[in-house]
Amino acid sequence: MASDNMKMRAQLKGDAASVGYTEVKVLMSHPMETGRKKDDFDRLIPAHFVQLVTATLNGKIVLEAQWGTGISKNPYLTFRLTGAKIGDTIAVTWHDNLGETATQNIIVT
Amino acid sequence: MQRRDFIRLISGAFALAFIAPMNAFAAIWNKAAFETTKLNEAEKNLEINDEKPSEHILITLPDKAENGAIVQIEVKSNIPNTETISILVEKNPTPLIAHFKFSNGTEPFVVTRIKMAETSDVKVVVKAGNQYFTNAKGVVVLENGCG
Repeated sequence: MASDNMKMRAQLKGDAASVGYTEVKVLMSHPMETGRKKDDFDRLIPAHFVQLVTATLNGKIVLEAQWGTGISKNPYLTFRLTGAKIGDTIAVTWHDNLGETATQNIIVT
Repeated sequence: MQRRDFIRLISGAFALAFIAPMNAFAAIWNKAAFETTKLNEAEKNLEINDEKPSEHILITLPDKAENGAIVQIEVKSNIPNTETISILVEKNPTPLIAHFKFSNGTEPFVVTRIKMAETSDVKVVVKAGNQYFTNAKGVVVLENGCG
């Protein structure tokens, strides 16, 4: 799947002298259907939701999330890394219950 | 072997071959914990036990949510060696919302947006070492967000 369905930003907070952290913000484009909602014809809309989200810093896993149907549509996520430097690569991948997946990379600025 | 059995066997093997790779990730997903309608069942399936109330889990949530479809939650754990953060909404049809696992220096901090079916407590459980800690905050929901 195209990577344009995920928007990401990774910014190093605090100056180089102090101990800062890198704040990563992710916005995914996904319907997050619970499987309990009905369409206009009173038919159930099948469940379609992100189940796993993995984040890596220079290829090393830093965050693994399991999600249920209770995450809002077009999921939003912020997390903070210590030890990331400007120029490092952060990758976020999601997998949903229908086997769809997307990955996006971002450089720390 | 009868022909009929042979066909059944072959088609079964084919089905498995196609389904197996699709479910490789589903294997990591804690189906029992996420699909249960009971809060205590969800916790049991996450192997949460003997959790202790802790003020060191900071939960930021609105007191009142106009629309239960989007409720922003921020969780920060000040408990040393926090490994996981689980978010559960007591009165949602399926209470377990998310389970985050932190590694390699990631701060035990997360912001996300969740759905809330009705006014309820939002419970956060933190795992640190072999211990579990919990805190909760109530949110008044004006409009159901669990279609």
